[in-house]
Amino acid sequence: MDFVFLTEQSLNGLQFGLMLFLLAAGLTLVFGIMDMINLAHGSLYMTGAYLAAALTTYSGSFLLGVGGSLAGTAVIGVLLEVTLLRTLYERDHLSQVLATFALILILNEFVRLIWGPQPVALNLPEALSGPVEVIPGLTYPIYRLLIIAVGIAVALLLYFLVSHTRAGMWVRAGASNREMAMAMGVNVRGLFTAVFAVGAALSALAGAMLGPLLAVQVGMGESILILAFVVIVVGGIGSIRGAFVGAILVGVVDTVGRTILPMTLREVFSPQVASNLGPALASILIYILMAGVLFWRPQGLFPARG
Amino acid sequence: MKRITTAALMACALTGGAHAADKVKVGFLSTLSGPSAAIGLDIRDGFNLVVKNHGGKLGGLPADVLFSDDQQNPDTGKQLAEKFLKKDRVDFITGIVFTNVMLAVAPAVFDAQTYLVTANAGPAQFSGQGCSPWLYSTAWQNDGAHEAAGKYVQDRGFNNIALIAPNYPAGKDALTGFKRFYHGPVLEEIYTKLGQLDYSSEIAQIRAAKPQATYVFLPGGMGINFIKQFVAAGLNKQTVLVGPGFIADEDIIKAVGEPMVGLFNTSQWAHDLNNEANKKFVADFQKEYGRLPTVYASQGYDAAQLIDSAVRDVKGKIEDKAALGKALGAANFKSVRGDFKFNVNHFPIQNFYLRQVVKEPSGRITNKLVGIVLPNHVDVYGKECKMK
Repeated sequence: MDFVFLTEQSLNGLQFGLMLFLLAAGLTLVFGIMDMINLAHGSLYMTGAYLAAALTTYSGSFLLGVGGSLAGTAVIGVLLEVTLLRTLYERDHLSQVLATFALILILNEFVRLIWGPQPVALNLPEALSGPVEVIPGLTYPIYRLLIIAVGIAVALLLYFLVSHTRAGMWVRAGASNREMAMAMGVNVRGLFTAVFAVGAALSALAGAMLGPLLAVQVGMGESILILAFVVIVVGGIGSIRGAFVGAILVGVVDTVGRTILPMTLREVFSPQVASNLGPALASILIYILMAGVLFWRPQGLFPARG
Repeated sequence: MKRITTAALMACALTGGAHAADKVKVGFLSTLSGPSAAIGLDIRDGFNLVVKNHGGKLGGLPADVLFSDDQQNPDTGKQLAEKFLKKDRVDFITGIVFTNVMLAVAPAVFDAQTYLVTANAGPAQFSGQGCSPWLYSTAWQNDGAHEAAGKYVQDRGFNNIALIAPNYPAGKDALTGFKRFYHGPVLEEIYTKLGQLDYSSEIAQIRAAKPQATYVFLPGGMGINFIKQFVAAGLNKQTVLVGPGFIADEDIIKAVGEPMVGLFNTSQWAHDLNNEANKKFVADFQKEYGRLPTVYASQGYDAAQLIDSAVRDVKGKIEDKAALGKALGAANFKSVRGDFKFNVNHFPIQNFYLRQVVKEPSGRITNKLVGIVLPNHVDVYGKECKMK
């Protein structure tokens, strides 16, 4: 295991974590502040990716594609909030799960009606599609470095918004004690809509940024949503800081599990056993992490509710 | 005695005295929704094309094709198959995409003595000792394309390679099939989570191992992700990427585009195969649906052609199951893949071809036929099949 390999894997862990953060940030805000389980968050991620693909193909510019996708998905998010989700805040979690699960199915079929069942292309501009030599002997995709940069920038921006602005103060108040915040005169209705728009835009950013790396296809939101839920449960529901730390933790643990674990197992067991055991262990590693965190800190690492 | 006579008479009425049916009923059970719907829809489009070309008939009888969506779920598939068998009383069942769905559905179909024409899944369980007279495949035995890829890599003289497949039965079968024909050393054998999105970590492992060639079997969206990330990491300059046809089909090319150019892949069919049946199929398909057909569409097309030929050969007397089975086994139609006939286990004996993804002068990115890797390939399971 040499230095190049370790550096590459560290970057991979960081990048995977930050990509999860983009998705988990919106989810944790909605879940934490509105106490609303939105399973359709992954569908907004899918919508973002499809919009980015369509707009990039149409305009020829990746930047325009991403920008348009953010705006478009935020609008769709607001429409969903105003028409449907708003009526669910007072209901129990089971109703929310059922309603938003139905929304997943509906949005999937919508996307299929518009774009067809086959995955669509979203490719990078020439300048971003190649690798760059980070350290001698290691060429790393430029685009993954960009994802790292965007992830960190979004984290800093959110940190500033939540900790140092008045709107952020309302958000924090809403997350830690909703009834009290309402009593203190926070415009909860408007705040919720705004938070939902930001959450939708963040998930669209994740979808649009990841589209060029991943398959833009129907149902792409469901598989990644599970990871996003793991992240916010580990980090503490409603906390941006928790989502950030949780995402990096999950990203790194997952990457370590997929590489170092099989290699170690191969030293100890026969290749046959190692190749059976390795992937199985690796895929449950993040759930072990989640179970461990929940055991010692049932509220997550950085709980928002005091 | 009287009872026996009655039974004999009834048997005559059912089989011996068969007269032409008034229509042929086909239960098309396939994955038509969800992430993998593209496969089922392509099989359907290929199948429908034959029916349409014959003016809504199969083998001269009006065709009644009933569609059901198994949602890639074995339990759903089983329920829908029961309905096809008991309520609709179909003459054929076809369209099944996934091996796990097929494993759940097939026993009931065999028990009901109904013909199952598979246009995709070809599990080992029904290829060897578990072979059935009620099953015919117009696709392949599951291992075929992987064996061909192994042969190609062996023939190219690569002697250190990396393998990557999802950690589920078909993934392991794929690599077993590959290694049946590739005998050199394997530097890395990586099994990933099924449905994994990000392959950066596996790509780092492959980079560190420095193999001459990398064989990848990651079907559907997984393959799209892997190839995009593989190229973005610059690894395509360090190792030759090889895969089965499924990871380099038109639907995948459409989603990945430029980064796929150069990829070698193996399949029993190619859209530029030079035979009359195939030329007609590709031209008709493009005219009807406005896109190039995938290998799945070609399998659906051949499934419909097989049913068409069998019904025609028994002159519409589809109640005579024995004669119908014989007619199916004769495979008396022009397959779009060129020559093929059935092995004892009713899986095709057919050529496996090498294709390469190229960018044509017009700018279109597509598969180009390179040559034959395994001529008249016979699967290894057939010799365990006791059927004649």
